[in-house]
Amino acid sequence: MSLTGGAARIGALALLGFAVAQPAQADTIFVSNEKSNTVSVVDGGKLQVVATIKVGRRPRGITFNEDMTQIFVCVGDDNRIDVIDVATQKVVDRLPSGPDPELFVLDPQGHRLYVANEDDNMVSVVDIATKKIIGEIQVGVEPEGMGVSPDGKILVNTSETTNMAHFIDTESHKIIDNVLVDARPRVAQFTGDGRFVWVSSEVGGTVSVIDAASRKLVHKISFAVQGVPRESIQPVGIQLTSDGQRAFVALGPANRVAEIDAKTYEVKRYHLVGQRVWNLALSPDEKRLYTTNGVSNDMSVMDLERGRVVKSISVGGAPWGVIVKP
Amino acid sequence: MVRIGYLTRAEEPRIPQTFLEPVSEDEGVQGARLAIADNNTTGRFLNQRFDLVEVTVPEDGRVEDAVRDLAGQGVRLLVADLKEDALLAAAAAPEAADMLIFNTRAPDDDLRNERCRANLLHVTPSRRMQADALAQYLASRKWMNWLLVVGRTPQDAAYADAIRAAAKRYRAKIVEEKRWTFEDANRRVDTGHVTVQSEILTFTQGTEHDVLVVADEADGFGEYLLYQTWLPRPVVGTHGLVPTAWSRVHEQWGATQIHSRFERQAGRWMRPRDYTAWMAVRAVGEAATRTKSADPAALAAFVRGPDFTLPAFKGQGLTFRDWDGQLRQPVLLAGPRVLVSVSPQPGYLHQFSELDTLGDDRPESRCRNR
Repeated sequence: MSLTGGAARIGALALLGFAVAQPAQADTIFVSNEKSNTVSVVDGGKLQVVATIKVGRRPRGITFNEDMTQIFVCVGDDNRIDVIDVATQKVVDRLPSGPDPELFVLDPQGHRLYVANEDDNMVSVVDIATKKIIGEIQVGVEPEGMGVSPDGKILVNTSETTNMAHFIDTESHKIIDNVLVDARPRVAQFTGDGRFVWVSSEVGGTVSVIDAASRKLVHKISFAVQGVPRESIQPVGIQLTSDGQRAFVALGPANRVAEIDAKTYEVKRYHLVGQRVWNLALSPDEKRLYTTNGVSNDMSVMDLERGRVVKSISVGGAPWGVIVKP
Repeated sequence: MVRIGYLTRAEEPRIPQTFLEPVSEDEGVQGARLAIADNNTTGRFLNQRFDLVEVTVPEDGRVEDAVRDLAGQGVRLLVADLKEDALLAAAAAPEAADMLIFNTRAPDDDLRNERCRANLLHVTPSRRMQADALAQYLASRKWMNWLLVVGRTPQDAAYADAIRAAAKRYRAKIVEEKRWTFEDANRRVDTGHVTVQSEILTFTQGTEHDVLVVADEADGFGEYLLYQTWLPRPVVGTHGLVPTAWSRVHEQWGATQIHSRFERQAGRWMRPRDYTAWMAVRAVGEAATRTKSADPAALAAFVRGPDFTLPAFKGQGLTFRDWDGQLRQPVLLAGPRVLVSVSPQPGYLHQFSELDTLGDDRPESRCRNR
């Protein structure tokens, strides 16, 4: 669920998973492979790739639809979104996206996708039912990260060269505020209670925590890993647990995932994963963390109870995004 | 309003040997214009405006006069798309004393050393940085025996100096040096390739080597060396595998986006001079965003200060060296069709920044005027 942005929804789904007593082993993990133009399907029980779905060129952003029967994948080099049917594991449809889509977020009601168009300084609003772009919002240079508040009212987009988090009213499609963050912001993630937005800055090497109501910076998290050059610490993917206690941040070419106390913002540990870790996804029961490692072409599986990586699974070429279905 | 000057001198357009590359008369300034547009996109959110004041001095004109005119128009931040002597003349103009000048073109190593100046920042990588970037890659491949072919210009001699220094630094051996003494030929002749084919075959006979390193900055003959050599050896240097600040083959770290923006604007590929001009103007924009100021003195101070860092599609923030004003940056190793590598190479460690394994490090610097 790493790229869907709705931590509250993750919580709700985790509870749902618990209510019907589905074992963790039933998880299915979907990984977008930027280089091989595929989505790998990994069985969470066997921890093996069980299927590979051919999609358009350069798949990166990946998210489920509202009831998890479909998967949307940004295929940037084809300037569209591919729609995968989860049951048949085939591309069954496509949606417009505006030019060069990289990341997007589903609104909590499940009707719209908000898509960052990196090439065009724009965010496109896609109506899923009618398959039409119903709005375009001018933002900063090279829009990238997309987060939406749990109530769906506020959209946050980051722009990589402008170095801002743009707060957008989803009703009026107007920018209501801009918050300056460190260089090359990548991912924006609301906390489950909607009070804060976490924004990772890849080149700046930090994560900014912004108060969603006042749009003031409340904390800036820095990282330091012994033996790793400062420039190699490049935060990208962010995952927050549904209880609001823990956060995980992928540190790119530092090959580490930082585990953070989400209340005190203290970095507790660095977990060694594969090379160039891009994005993260928690399993619905939050006992595992899955990472995509772009250079080593694999996915690390972290057991959060034992606090260590238990397996690396080879997926496609240059794995990028990851989502999990119970 | 933040005014940024752009100063260049009229010259004959560069004629590339290859017909795949267009002859362009607007190299450099197109990058500056794109960065102004990028700055203004960001500036919208902060109520900041940026303006580029473009000045082209005639071929026989004095750059000092242009600097005075620019100063009169309120310009204190100047992008200089000039060769070494003109750059130094501009920087020495009385009105330049309280300017910050970005060197976006001259790669000369002495500008970073004996001829360094306090009001200059070098955005373009030095020849030594380029040579070190190449040498690290060759050393990582264990291609340690080099045949060096040097063209006739002083720039080629300077490039060869940098190659020799890099060979020494990375313990490679220049097994033989050859001077290219043929007259530079017109790229179009009715007799075609036949002369080249026989000339280069005999010219490249000699000591056994792993690679041929060519120093031909003016693009007079280097292109002809590929596939024409006596021994089947790769060509590197100014041709073949080229260490460079920028190339169309580079697409990592978001570079695709700036290529698209640039090509939409300029109708051609972005060249290194465009890229360095883009970086210089973006450096001012970045300073304005961070300081929320339009005061040139405040912006210059921030750019020189410890908190400045410029994201420029190289996978890490770029900063200026305080000992010689050189921008630390990874250097691309571009093949003719795809990117081959980016230096520094893994394993070349440094106590402060791995980027300082490229070019003049602090203890080696001969710059005393900063």
